[in-house]
Amino acid sequence: MMDLKKNIKLWSNLGMRATFGLIAMELEKKYPNLIITTADVSTSAGLDRFKSKHPDKYIDVGIAEQNLLGVSAGLSSEGFKVISTTFSPFQTLRCCEQIKVNLGYMKHKICMVGLASGLVLGNLGFTHCSIEDIGVLRSIPNIAIVVPSDPYELYKVLNQSIEYKDSVYIRLTAGPNTKIINKDEYEFEIGKAKEILPGNDVVIFSCGNIISNCLEAASVLKEKNIDCSVVNIHTIKPIDAEAILEKSKDKKLVITVEEHNIIGGLGSAVAEVLSEETLKCKLKRIGINDYYSSGGSYEYLKNIYGLSTEKIIQTILSNIN
Amino acid sequence: MNLKNTKNFATNIRKNIIYTAYKAGSKSAHIGGALSIADIIAVLYSNIIKIKKTRTLDDKRDRFILSKGHACLALYSALVEKKIIKKKDLETFETDGSYLLGHPIINKLSGIEFSTGSLGMGLSLGIGVAIAAKKKNRSHKVFVLMGDGECNEGSVWEAIMCACHFKLDNMVIIVDKNNLQQTGRNSEIMDLKSLTNKFKSFGCHTIEIDGHDYKKLFNSITKKTLNRPKVIVAKTIKGKGIKLFENDNNWHHSIITKTIYKDILKKI
Repeated sequence: MMDLKKNIKLWSNLGMRATFGLIAMELEKKYPNLIITTADVSTSAGLDRFKSKHPDKYIDVGIAEQNLLGVSAGLSSEGFKVISTTFSPFQTLRCCEQIKVNLGYMKHKICMVGLASGLVLGNLGFTHCSIEDIGVLRSIPNIAIVVPSDPYELYKVLNQSIEYKDSVYIRLTAGPNTKIINKDEYEFEIGKAKEILPGNDVVIFSCGNIISNCLEAASVLKEKNIDCSVVNIHTIKPIDAEAILEKSKDKKLVITVEEHNIIGGLGSAVAEVLSEETLKCKLKRIGINDYYSSGGSYEYLKNIYGLSTEKIIQTILSNIN
Repeated sequence: MNLKNTKNFATNIRKNIIYTAYKAGSKSAHIGGALSIADIIAVLYSNIIKIKKTRTLDDKRDRFILSKGHACLALYSALVEKKIIKKKDLETFETDGSYLLGHPIINKLSGIEFSTGSLGMGLSLGIGVAIAAKKKNRSHKVFVLMGDGECNEGSVWEAIMCACHFKLDNMVIIVDKNNLQQTGRNSEIMDLKSLTNKFKSFGCHTIEIDGHDYKKLFNSITKKTLNRPKVIVAKTIKGKGIKLFENDNNWHHSIITKTIYKDILKKI
């Protein structure tokens, strides 16, 4: 087994995308029939080394995402284990119907890695941000949606996704120097939420690297005698309804925090679970409030959409009483 | 190629198509586009594609992908002739819970490789299958049948670029060029100009032939190409084989009444 502490540090420095490239090298050893398909993003996905070491297992179809999904499904139907990857908007919305028919309807299994999802590419504008991917994919049957919180979790997600029964959409957030959420070895299972921080007053459900802001907020609120639990809902589908109900029980406030439109994403998924039970608790969803703002840096956009640590604290304070 | 057998096979396909459409009654069926590919399907399934009921899952089988899925009656009919599908199952066409709907549903045991019908998707699937065959060192072929109207879809051109780039000489792509699409002539809806020139310019080995000429179909489909995919632009007549339907786009998706059925059955 690898030196975990060292890897966690290295991977968080590199960020999710470069870590994906490193993990791909490991996966190739484990799965001889692995093929990685891309749409002209070898460097962006950290796959340059994989490409030069395993040219026979690397297929670049050019900037043509509809074809990417079709070719990937064709390979999958012939028994290959396929990971497809490109930037999140193009990996999801651009080829949405191919995902529906090939992965959802026909159930050809592919692991799709959506690069730089959420707001991290805010400087490039909303063509390259991805705040709709979860909502759109959530309505397609037979596809799991997983949002790793940090590169170490990505490692676990990728390994499990290849063995998972359905296709999996793996949504990568944040840039290089990703905040470390998981410092030590822990048990991970697709579909099973993970409480990172226990607390009695408020529960914060979140996913992706934005969890780091939730943890910071929880730590500041602790000093104000507000005890927040932070739960990592890394799997948006299938949603861990049991954990959501259990962790919401007896809380004064339930908060969801996501780098996604509050319509269709984690907040919606949590609301759906809570609204079908008689649980009495207030829910506040933090995320992109259904509009495209002016572009800018990651920090700038997080602040605009109420996702910065400071704004999360404010929202909790103004909703708790 | 046995010309007589092929002709019989094609006639039986046509009979099955109109029988099933007639049985479907008011549910309607895509008739015109199924009849235009009947001869292509007959040449493929009576002479070229090696598929048997007991070997539908054999990894060495040739793969046939009907990208213009709405023409599925021609495929179902051919599979009936190959005794892979039971003839009486055709009567379940488009009925509740049937495995034979108005567009093919993946069912490898019954010889249906993919669920198709959303146009412009079959060719990409075929490319994945063809690359897989090369990686596995298999010599089977991948046949993809598309419509000319289908070539309006941009994904077709993403795919053809890719098939040429990867030198997929184990692919045979047949375009059913019947010059008509759902609501009118190609030239009026979206002018395709020369499909043959388009495919040539991407680097395909492209042949334009009469899509109802068995011998030409057989020769062009089986002719070996090296390092590039083959595209056969098959000039066809929508509704071919039933004079009443030929080149009449009202029969793109329509109902065959009892009177019409009895009348046309005699003339096939």
